[in-house]
Amino acid sequence: MCLTHNFWSFLVIGLSNGFLYALIALGYTLVYGVLQLINFAHSEVFMSGAFGGLFVLNKVIGNGTPHGAASVGYVILGIIAGGFVGGLVAFLLERVAYRPLRRRNAPKLAYLISAIGASYFMFNLAGKEFGRNSVDIASPYTNGTVFTFLGAHVQTDYLVVAGVAIGMLVFLDRLVARTRLGQGIRAVAQDADTASLLGVDINRVISQTFIIGGVLGGAAGFLFGLQSGVIYSMGTVPGIKAFTAAVLGGIGNIRGAVIGGLVLGVVESLSVSCINASWTDVIAFGILVVVLLVRPTGILGERLGRSA
Amino acid sequence: MTAPAATRDPGSAWARYRDNKDLQRLAICLVVGAIVALMTGKSGTVTAPTSGITGTFKSSSAYVWIGIFVALWLLLTVRDRYLQSVQSATHVLTTNRDRVLAITPVKWGIYAAGLVVAIALPHFVNNFWQEVLVGQIAPYVLLAVGLNVVVGFAGLLDLGYIAFYAVGAYSAAYWTGSLPAHPPFTVNPFWAFPLAIAAAMLAGVILGAPTLRLRGDYLAIVTLGFGEIIQIVANNLTSVTGGAQGITKAVPSFSVHAGGLHYVWPLELLPGNHYRWYYLILALIVVVLTAFHLLENSRVGRAWMAIREDEVAAEAVGINPLKYKVLAFAIGASTSGVAGVFFASKNGTFTPPDFAFQASILILVLVIFGGMGSLPGAVIGAAVLQWLPQALRSHIEQQDLYIYYGALLIVMMIFRPQGLIPSRRRAREIRMAEHGVGSADAMAQPGGAP
Repeated sequence: MCLTHNFWSFLVIGLSNGFLYALIALGYTLVYGVLQLINFAHSEVFMSGAFGGLFVLNKVIGNGTPHGAASVGYVILGIIAGGFVGGLVAFLLERVAYRPLRRRNAPKLAYLISAIGASYFMFNLAGKEFGRNSVDIASPYTNGTVFTFLGAHVQTDYLVVAGVAIGMLVFLDRLVARTRLGQGIRAVAQDADTASLLGVDINRVISQTFIIGGVLGGAAGFLFGLQSGVIYSMGTVPGIKAFTAAVLGGIGNIRGAVIGGLVLGVVESLSVSCINASWTDVIAFGILVVVLLVRPTGILGERLGRSA
Repeated sequence: MTAPAATRDPGSAWARYRDNKDLQRLAICLVVGAIVALMTGKSGTVTAPTSGITGTFKSSSAYVWIGIFVALWLLLTVRDRYLQSVQSATHVLTTNRDRVLAITPVKWGIYAAGLVVAIALPHFVNNFWQEVLVGQIAPYVLLAVGLNVVVGFAGLLDLGYIAFYAVGAYSAAYWTGSLPAHPPFTVNPFWAFPLAIAAAMLAGVILGAPTLRLRGDYLAIVTLGFGEIIQIVANNLTSVTGGAQGITKAVPSFSVHAGGLHYVWPLELLPGNHYRWYYLILALIVVVLTAFHLLENSRVGRAWMAIREDEVAAEAVGINPLKYKVLAFAIGASTSGVAGVFFASKNGTFTPPDFAFQASILILVLVIFGGMGSLPGAVIGAAVLQWLPQALRSHIEQQDLYIYYGALLIVMMIFRPQGLIPSRRRAREIRMAEHGVGSADAMAQPGGAP
């Protein structure tokens, strides 16, 4: 009963959230592909992207309510700002928290600890510098219903998220499959030692992978901030959910991350209509545990860089 | 994939500067100085997001910090260039120190002296510090010692350790009849200890057994999720836990009524009431430390060591890695549960935010700072790091503390992964792993898959 009630509305919301999870999940999956490590600080890349978009848009838009072409421009500007800050933070993160350990060939435990340290350092520093209250990003468009689909109101927000996400995902897929950079990423993911012998500059590829993941995560942070506001601690929960999405689709698998994100978003959204909304975070976590129990390789399987 | 020729040409001026180790180090020191200045400087607000940054660099203390780090750079550079002989001299000193410390009577003498200091300590400090000892230092020493089993002995990463503390506290509340959900019979909080240990252990096994079959980093993320979830559950399940308002009535404090003996641990409000609580937790710590020391040198401890050093080889000689990993995880969880019962009974009442996720990270910081796998390290690391923020409380805002903890984790991992007072075995393992021998953690998937 609860599933059929407003089914299409919840489906639309779920897909929109799912695209966001997919964008963040790609950051985990890409880094996992090249380093075989969970990047615990990725949630803070997401958070910093949201702050990047917030500062730029609030400066540019101010109190106005833009329409038409201006809206499109502002959205693109926000995504560029979020993506740039996200990429920059991810790059610095790799330099500070990962590379010194890699140079020393440290045990895996050390990477995880240093990454969790970086995560706490970043979000608490952001809290100190930018205040500890939630702020809204000045809206670049009027968020009304664009069209109605089987009783579901499809709002501008959802369309923007879906459009941007699909664009970036297709771009990434082509990037990894076709370009020299993508070839490098896949080579390192398959066998870093051999790739290095064949002349691939591993450090460079790892840096670039972090930057790509950071750009996607930062853009997702901006889109998320548009909907729910920006706060220094916003990264943790979407971070765990996106990681769940990555595992659900098969960690290391790029298309898997997208499918995992969409499935998680929809399941979560539909469950809201059945159970109280305050339990959604628990559901995502429950899914993670069940996936690990039943099919730890995920829907599409772990194929590292081999998928593309 | 090739870089522009200009940056690769070793002859260009830029490349010469870039590849100069001293200049690189100077740049790093300058950046670190600026970051430390930011960490200690003014806070910004949402309406004026750059005010924290500009305010920091307008005040002179920022430049003092940068100056300190430039001085550090000078010191390091001078040491590297001219004082290699001094280094080798100190090396001889440290090896001698290690040798002296390895003599068993010396070691036990130090432990006994430490215990005497711990017993005498509350009589020499004022009421504020007694409160800190009972509320901040001693319970966290116990928690750090417990997490040390998971992170140090077994080489696993548990990021939701405080969740088991919550399980312990809520079990104590349940069995003393302080929750909306009533138990079949109520007990004195003392008898809640075994029940809470069982509950925490069970939670550990339920969470650990499925996850530990997989790659080690999955345990980290699952415990991370569990740490977040336990708060939500405590908040939402009002009919069982009392929800956001906390438990319905106070957990009674410990008391002993045996034969003619009546001994009560009063609620810790009046000065002078701290002693009883302090000696109770000190006794708990000593018991746990003794047990873990014996465990470390037992068959179980050796199994953990073997798994850390080489899981495949350990499996080949008949050790079941999954079994020992789950065991370590459950032992760690139950120690956290013990601390939770103590907390519940001492405070009387508590609310879900008392089990905020970041406390798990704090305990991890205590263990890493002291030294993974080192019991004296866990004790001293926890005591020092819990004492320091209190000593500096007028200089540092409490909510900024986690900036420092996060930075400390990174710095420790880069410069001293074995911790302040390392376990010699663990330090050697980390060194060996860095040279490609063994793994120094238990992150591999049982069964040999990467």
